[in-house]
Amino acid sequence: MNAGASKSRAETGLWLAQRLAAGVLAVAVVVHLGVIITAIQGGLSAAEIIGRLRGNTAWFAFYLVFAAAAAIHAPIGLRTILGEMTPLPPRLIGLLMAGFGLLLALMGWQAIYGLYAFRPLE
Amino acid sequence: MMKGHRDHPAYWAFAVHRLSGLVLALFLPVHFYFLGRAIKGAAALDGVIAWTDNPLAKVAEAGLVILLTAHLTGGVRLLAVEFLPWRDWQKTLIVLTGGLSLGAGLLFLINAV
Amino acid sequence: MTAMLEVSVWRGREEGAFVSYAVPARRSQTVLDVITHIQRRLDASLSYRFACRVGMCGSCAMTVNGKPQWTCRAPVSEVAPSGKLTIQPLRNLKVIKDLSVDMTTFFDKWARAGGAFKPALGRPTAGVGGDFAAVKPASRARRAADAAIECIGCGVCYAACDVAAWNRDYLGPAALNRAWSLVNDVRDGARRERLAAIAGDAGCYACHSQQGCTEHCPKHLNPTASIAGLKRASAWAWLTGKP
Repeated sequence: MNAGASKSRAETGLWLAQRLAAGVLAVAVVVHLGVIITAIQGGLSAAEIIGRLRGNTAWFAFYLVFAAAAAIHAPIGLRTILGEMTPLPPRLIGLLMAGFGLLLALMGWQAIYGLYAFRPLE
Repeated sequence: MMKGHRDHPAYWAFAVHRLSGLVLALFLPVHFYFLGRAIKGAAALDGVIAWTDNPLAKVAEAGLVILLTAHLTGGVRLLAVEFLPWRDWQKTLIVLTGGLSLGAGLLFLINAV
Repeated sequence: MTAMLEVSVWRGREEGAFVSYAVPARRSQTVLDVITHIQRRLDASLSYRFACRVGMCGSCAMTVNGKPQWTCRAPVSEVAPSGKLTIQPLRNLKVIKDLSVDMTTFFDKWARAGGAFKPALGRPTAGVGGDFAAVKPASRARRAADAAIECIGCGVCYAACDVAAWNRDYLGPAALNRAWSLVNDVRDGARRERLAAIAGDAGCYACHSQQGCTEHCPKHLNPTASIAGLKRASAWAWLTGKP
């Protein structure tokens, strides 16, 4: 396969991945907005956030998928913006965005796992 | 005033989608970082929450909610444009996305204050 | 005394300046009439391009009061009710002189997008060396091809597109629209190559559905919908491994 064809295959794959992630996010964000707006009634507290997630496998799974979808979706979008609006070389943008996606996934999962497996220290 | 060739609803929708996407992408690591602090105990997370308890932060948070809703509704519109048979009532859809976003922001503010 | 139009016209190439002309206002006057008046009565050195004057040839497109459009069927009374006109060459294309742009890249991109019909030899529908192709007018593919087929190649969509401005290699709405009409042509045999040609980072996936093309197309075509069709077709080919 020549370089042009593999490049066009990569673009197709990225486009499809971003749209699939968008589909997941469309549902997840509606849930997230619902949680935000109900959670802030009467003030927000760490205990409330932890209370919802701690030991709750359904919420845990939901947030894992949510964070993964965001970690796929956001870097592909940023890649397009950087490609169109900065003079950075495409290869560098690709590397940076792969790193950004990985960072997002790890940070997100770490935070979610922390809340799910929360053990009070104090 | 937008340049002549940009002065139409689908372009405004694009501009909102790009701007909201950019801000949300940059906000994500911050969001995850502060949530991650819960591992260090509830007090650390409560510290962050207390910090956001001033009017300016509340307005910024409402802004994020508006951007998130705008990106959500605008994104659903784009999925419809790309994957479904063409619809000519798109302009109505664009207005709807704007309305829903502002509505969500307002709902947030009403509940937050 | 007749009312006068205040017309500001771009003179020069990439470097240049606006020059003002006073042109008498007439009934049923088009923007092309205004430019022709300037060239014939006021300044014979003005360069511009036109041929048919009736919206068929696609050669007279320019930027009028900030918007790309054909000039032959643009009534001054609608485009500039105030009587003030600013006329520039089309955006995103190299200016040759004054209001004439070099359309070479525009049409080269048609070729790069697989814009040429390649008959599917040996297929009963080929229409080459055999019977005429039998294509039912009401069939889905034929109607999809029809929707995209009336393009006159005027370049208005290309000038209206920000992606074309941001990504110099972007094939653009017209070339992709052409590719879509051929993808829907059952007599065509180059589907695989065409889908590969339009899927790169300069192809259909670069489109953000800003719809400047659709908004400004004088023939009321919808390149955004055509490009969305290409996105789906090439993604489907990617997923299934067949064109």
